[in-house]
Amino acid sequence: MPEQANIAAPDGLHTFPRLLLNHARMRPQAPAMREKHLGIWQTWSWADVAERVRALACGLAELGFKRGDNLAIIGDNRPHLYMMMTAAQCLGGVPVPLYQDAVADEMLFVLQDAGVRFAIVEDQEQVDKLLEIKDRVGTLEHIVYDDPRGMRHYNQPFLHDVHELMAMGRIHDRNHPDFLAGEIEQGHFDDVSVMLYTSGTTGKPKGVCQTHAAFIAAAQGGIQVDRMTADGDILSYLPMAWVGDHLFSFAQALVCGFTINCPESADTVMNDLREIGPTYYFAPPRVFEGLLTQVMIRMEDAGKLKQRLFHHFMAVAKRCGGDILDGNSVGAGDRFQYWLGNLIIYGPLRNVLGMNRIRVAYTAGAAIGPELFSFYRSIGINLKQLYGQTETCAYVCLQPDGQVKADTVGAPAPGVEIKIADNGEVLVKGPMLLKGYYKRPDATAETINADGWFMTGDAGFIDDDGHLKIIDRAKDVGKLHNGSMFAPNYIENKLKFFQHIKEVVCFGHDREMVCAFINIDVGAVGNWAERRGIAYSGYTDLAGKPEVCELIRECVEKVNADLAHDSMVADSQIHRFLVLHKELDPDDDELTRTRKVRRNFVADKYAVLIDALYGGKATQFIETEVKFEDGRRGKVAADLKIVDAKTFPIVKRAA
Amino acid sequence: MSKKIGDVVLDLQNISLRFGGVKALTDISFDVREHEVRAIIGPNGAGKSSMLNVINGVYHPQDGKIFFHGQERKQMDPHLAAAQGISRTFQNIALFKGMSVLDNIMTGRTLKMKSNLLLQAIWWGPARNEEIAHRKKVEEIIDFLEIQHIRKTPVGRLPYGLQKRVDLGRALAMEPKILLLDEPMAGMNVEEKQDMCRFILDVNDQFGTTIVLIEHDMGVVMDISDRVVVLDYGKKIGDGLPDEVRSSPEVIKAYLGAGH
Repeated sequence: MPEQANIAAPDGLHTFPRLLLNHARMRPQAPAMREKHLGIWQTWSWADVAERVRALACGLAELGFKRGDNLAIIGDNRPHLYMMMTAAQCLGGVPVPLYQDAVADEMLFVLQDAGVRFAIVEDQEQVDKLLEIKDRVGTLEHIVYDDPRGMRHYNQPFLHDVHELMAMGRIHDRNHPDFLAGEIEQGHFDDVSVMLYTSGTTGKPKGVCQTHAAFIAAAQGGIQVDRMTADGDILSYLPMAWVGDHLFSFAQALVCGFTINCPESADTVMNDLREIGPTYYFAPPRVFEGLLTQVMIRMEDAGKLKQRLFHHFMAVAKRCGGDILDGNSVGAGDRFQYWLGNLIIYGPLRNVLGMNRIRVAYTAGAAIGPELFSFYRSIGINLKQLYGQTETCAYVCLQPDGQVKADTVGAPAPGVEIKIADNGEVLVKGPMLLKGYYKRPDATAETINADGWFMTGDAGFIDDDGHLKIIDRAKDVGKLHNGSMFAPNYIENKLKFFQHIKEVVCFGHDREMVCAFINIDVGAVGNWAERRGIAYSGYTDLAGKPEVCELIRECVEKVNADLAHDSMVADSQIHRFLVLHKELDPDDDELTRTRKVRRNFVADKYAVLIDALYGGKATQFIETEVKFEDGRRGKVAADLKIVDAKTFPIVKRAA
Repeated sequence: MSKKIGDVVLDLQNISLRFGGVKALTDISFDVREHEVRAIIGPNGAGKSSMLNVINGVYHPQDGKIFFHGQERKQMDPHLAAAQGISRTFQNIALFKGMSVLDNIMTGRTLKMKSNLLLQAIWWGPARNEEIAHRKKVEEIIDFLEIQHIRKTPVGRLPYGLQKRVDLGRALAMEPKILLLDEPMAGMNVEEKQDMCRFILDVNDQFGTTIVLIEHDMGVVMDISDRVVVLDYGKKIGDGLPDEVRSSPEVIKAYLGAGH
């Protein structure tokens, strides 16, 4: 801790380039970045990174990159792409990371909006996308690529290999040795350090301008709460365009000085996780859920003895694991059992998950099931939740150690103020607030009110311990015909906690009852079907099996039974549902790139299904166009069965 | 994109192959030029795989001559063909199912390993250095084919499309001059086919490898080959550019039957 305090504290370290240079000066040989290349982890020290950033920045300057220019960054998490962020910041430019899996047309808007002149991309695939739309992005002048594979026949003069750029930069640096220091000196903490585009759940994406000061404040707050140290490791595998990755893998790494590790490819993340064994880990709930599903599937295929051991010790962990992690008192018998379990089950399990060295793991972005949450905590992984959005550097609430609850997102982080508006909306104030939306003063004025409070758009309340609890998006909370509250997310999350259910969309606003669309989880349901000898050919076929509908109906009825106990939402029990014939997909605009459901879009697209649900029909034929990853289109058609679920009488809680 | 197609590297003249009374190939002549993608097509039983087996020395034709780099090839065995730089993949994947992807591709390097068995067994000295060098080459292939995530997975557990890719990887590990692909896309879905096409074209382009492939999917053949040979009942009925072959009446007859 003292080391990190020394690094972050001295005056003048108020921009990211200065932080980088400081690390390079104070601890040049410490590892800054790792990347697996040809099967072997390669390490860059802080001195190496500083040297490369210097070369990249000078190279950019040589190409004509100027103060205030925007640099688009498109690709998987690669060291050179992270270095380019700092390189742009050295020159007073603004990195604009984009979601790498977006198709060219989706990138078009951001590139035009940001008036991008320079872009660094990962590989040929991304270069091709940019070439496809280059005509329509008049401002785009230069494209730098990281991976030269397949680029041999591209001879456009505006394409540059990243090594060529560095070579240019090193020559420039030799000729103008004081140039870069002068540029970095001009950098101010109130300059915009990065522009992150919101995923655009509603309407066009907006560029959120964040300053150096905001991200540094957010990073320092998090480091303070979790007492993070410079000897940590993080696996950087989430999209660089997402605020969380920018906070953890960029801002906190530069402030605290821990090592970021880039996986070999998107498919190898699980292996890389196991090899690196990060000390600091972030994943959205669906990743934790996916991991647990995998573990459970494999356990079901395991031998009887292993199964019995596993279930016995998981019961022990459920009983006392959380308390042991929180430092509460636990009886000697349980303590011994837990110790034994740790030896033969939890330890190896953590190892398989690649979570043996984890000091802090975070999840956010969606509600996490209480059972899922406590599973990880009970096997000794310090999983916590945080709350924040792009506009607040993903830094509003954090759960401090020892005060972790499954259904809240934690207490306000250091330096953050929270207030609940009269309509239930959560308002936030603090140093991490956005400077403004890019070229959208109107939108900025709409989200930050006259008193300087940022309106999150989330409905929530503060519980007795001072922890924030989020119910739903404020605008999604509706009313049923009888006037009782309808919080779709709340119900959907309850359903999504079942391993067989992947996605749910509930309807009920201004209606007499709640109905739902359900996506099954192909992995879990597929395995379930295989063990029962149910043959299927693909998602559509599997989803249409009567056995599967029955399985899902049981899940829905369990949720209904649960809802009946909660008087606030007891009327929101699901009366009818159907299993969709295709998975909701960002390529079809049904989900955002961060995989949140676009509720209204789905409602419009499948209006015929909604009519069938409320019209009392037993089946409904539907044909839907789907877009494949390469842009081609196809059609999926099915006769969907509509299933009635049992509902339960409302249980009045004894006062 | 332009690539240089070079001289004739493989010239087959009047090849005839019989198994007892069955005539598998009758008087077939064609050539393969350096750096080109040469396709052999034809209906089932046309003799395509036999042709490939003649090229890499599994079958010995009763008549005809084979010139490899201008020299007539006499007695030929598969391992000699391999040593000369001809490698192949198989229609029915012939990988070691219980071995990992990495080890499978590593077997493709066997011919290039010089150190003796004893040193290899104790993994010492030159053998060790050699293996590290070979491993690097194999890792490059793994990277090239984008199969990093299954590096340590036993091949038997992989889906078919990926096994085909591993098979290609093993053939590439030999750093062949000529690569024979026996139905590389058979049984694949559209996406897997596209991936495979891309890899074949990349191999041809980046390593300059000459490729001879057998394929049923006409779309694929017409898209990626430079020249096409058409066989039917062991006879050559067409040879030329994809467009020429496509419009040849004889080929249309063989594929669609008479009367069209």
